Amino acid sequence: MHRNILDYLNNIVKRKPDKTAFSDGVNSLSFLQVYEQSRGVGSCLAKKGIYRKPVVVFMQKSPREVAAFFGVVAGGGFYVPIDEEMPAGRIQLILDNVRSPLIICDADTLGKTQEFELHGGETVLYEDICRCEADDAALAAIYDKAIDTDPIYIVFTSGSTGIPKGVAACHRSVIDYIEQLSEVLGFSEDTVFGNQSPLYFDACLKELYPTLKFGATTYLIPRKLFSLPVKLVEYLNEHKINTICWVVSALTMVSALGTFSVLKPKHLHTIAFGSEVFPIRQFKIWREALPKASFTNLYGPTETTGMCCYYRVTRDFEEGDSIPIGRPFDNREILLIDEDGKQAAPGEEGEICIRGTALTLGYYNDPERTAAVFVQNPLNSAYPEFIYKTGDIGRFNAEGELVFISRKDYQIKHMGHRVELGEIEANVAMLSGIDICACVYDDDRKKIVLFYAGASDEKELTAELKNRLPRYMLPTKLVKLNAMPFTPNGKIDRVKLKKSLSGNRQVSGREKL
Amino acid sequence: MEELLRILEDMHPEVDFAEETELIDGGILDSLDIVTLITEINDCFDVSIGAGDIIPENFNSAEALYALIQRLMDEE
Repeated sequence: MHRNILDYLNNIVKRKPDKTAFSDGVNSLSFLQVYEQSRGVGSCLAKKGIYRKPVVVFMQKSPREVAAFFGVVAGGGFYVPIDEEMPAGRIQLILDNVRSPLIICDADTLGKTQEFELHGGETVLYEDICRCEADDAALAAIYDKAIDTDPIYIVFTSGSTGIPKGVAACHRSVIDYIEQLSEVLGFSEDTVFGNQSPLYFDACLKELYPTLKFGATTYLIPRKLFSLPVKLVEYLNEHKINTICWVVSALTMVSALGTFSVLKPKHLHTIAFGSEVFPIRQFKIWREALPKASFTNLYGPTETTGMCCYYRVTRDFEEGDSIPIGRPFDNREILLIDEDGKQAAPGEEGEICIRGTALTLGYYNDPERTAAVFVQNPLNSAYPEFIYKTGDIGRFNAEGELVFISRKDYQIKHMGHRVELGEIEANVAMLSGIDICACVYDDDRKKIVLFYAGASDEKELTAELKNRLPRYMLPTKLVKLNAMPFTPNGKIDRVKLKKSLSGNRQVSGREKL
Repeated sequence: MEELLRILEDMHPEVDFAEETELIDGGILDSLDIVTLITEINDCFDVSIGAGDIIPENFNSAEALYALIQRLMDEE
């Protein structure tokens, strides 16, 4: 049984040393190069006496950054990826939280570290430390002492207060996730991944570790291509990419701009998506373009290591339907807990809570916010057992599939009725002149505010909604936007929308949020 | 051209669109910007930009983009 995430690398380097492991299309590393460079980094950590400490990796997205991650783990540390794409203020908050003794940079980022308070952390160039002579005895001792509940990374997610939360995950939960995910999506040594997600999110676990497990290959797709749909598909075809796990907004960009009438992906057979609801109209365009491919909806919070549930699309969906969350991967359980801390009755709604090895270690250096959501299982008073409260409301449908209802904080009381803002959104999204929409509740003025982007004007939309929604669910204010604001991980930025309501600032239809 | 600059400035008030020539190559316009931009241009100029037209040569500067719009308007 694996107890160390590096076992995947140590095994595969014997079987496929020369195969390309990671590439961005220009620069590539074979499994042997990844292995050797990561041992160089690990040995350098050992030499510096940095052990069981967070190590910041501040590099351009590249195969070398991936090797740096494994190197930190080889040295007995846990990696904390940061990236130039992040706002400077956010980077500083992360550095303040982790107080890392070492910051691994590349030639492009080294100069930028001067802008930040590093709390005494030393900066080093990856170029230099990856060439450190491997200290086999030191690395073997670190490996022997490692246990599977030791952390391997910290990734930061947005907090509703504006202070990011650092989710720390250990070998065991990552191994469990990689094993389950690989089985469900059918990864193999023939898998060629096209990675979209930034390396500073846990979303990239889907590609990085299965690549090591199977000896597959991952292409880190240049970010720029996600603005150039035809070039993006050309890139997929050129590199024979057959498997993608992308956020919904990246997939809808391709379908909404009519890319498939110019060119279709030739090798793609496995498509997974998540983090937002897939608009059915766009989903159908994908399915028509690639009728033989498998499509799988993934759901899961960072706090339970990557994704937690899956639904492989097997039936047709019509506009107005939503694709289910489905069922949990093996070895985790979904509990639906009602407001009284009891299990929701069959078919009833409850907060989605997750139980099992998938739970991460919690938020780094943040016991208070950890304790608020990693709690004792309310159904078990006999022994300590944590569950993670997602804040999402769901229910099981007649087929026994978990379906997403809304965020807990979207559930409001309005005019005496319990209103699901998600339900209003689902109705609005069905209308033809709507590209994307989000509802927020203006607590001060007691108003439901609908933000949307699309061809519909406010008047038309109001008239159409009156035909669809009960009076108490009608948005009291409509705001047309040029573009919906998104958080860095591709979700609608509801905090920003809500903030735009406060104060005297009037949001006009043309204002940029 | 003014109308186009207004659309672009609405999306990124901080960028000098009259001068900038690396909107795509410099990573200024991301995927969501492109989707918004194309919808806006379709509404405003009544032309439809096909996926094949979305290449850096047409989108790296406001000038190049305006030239594309004019070409499409002439074709119709």
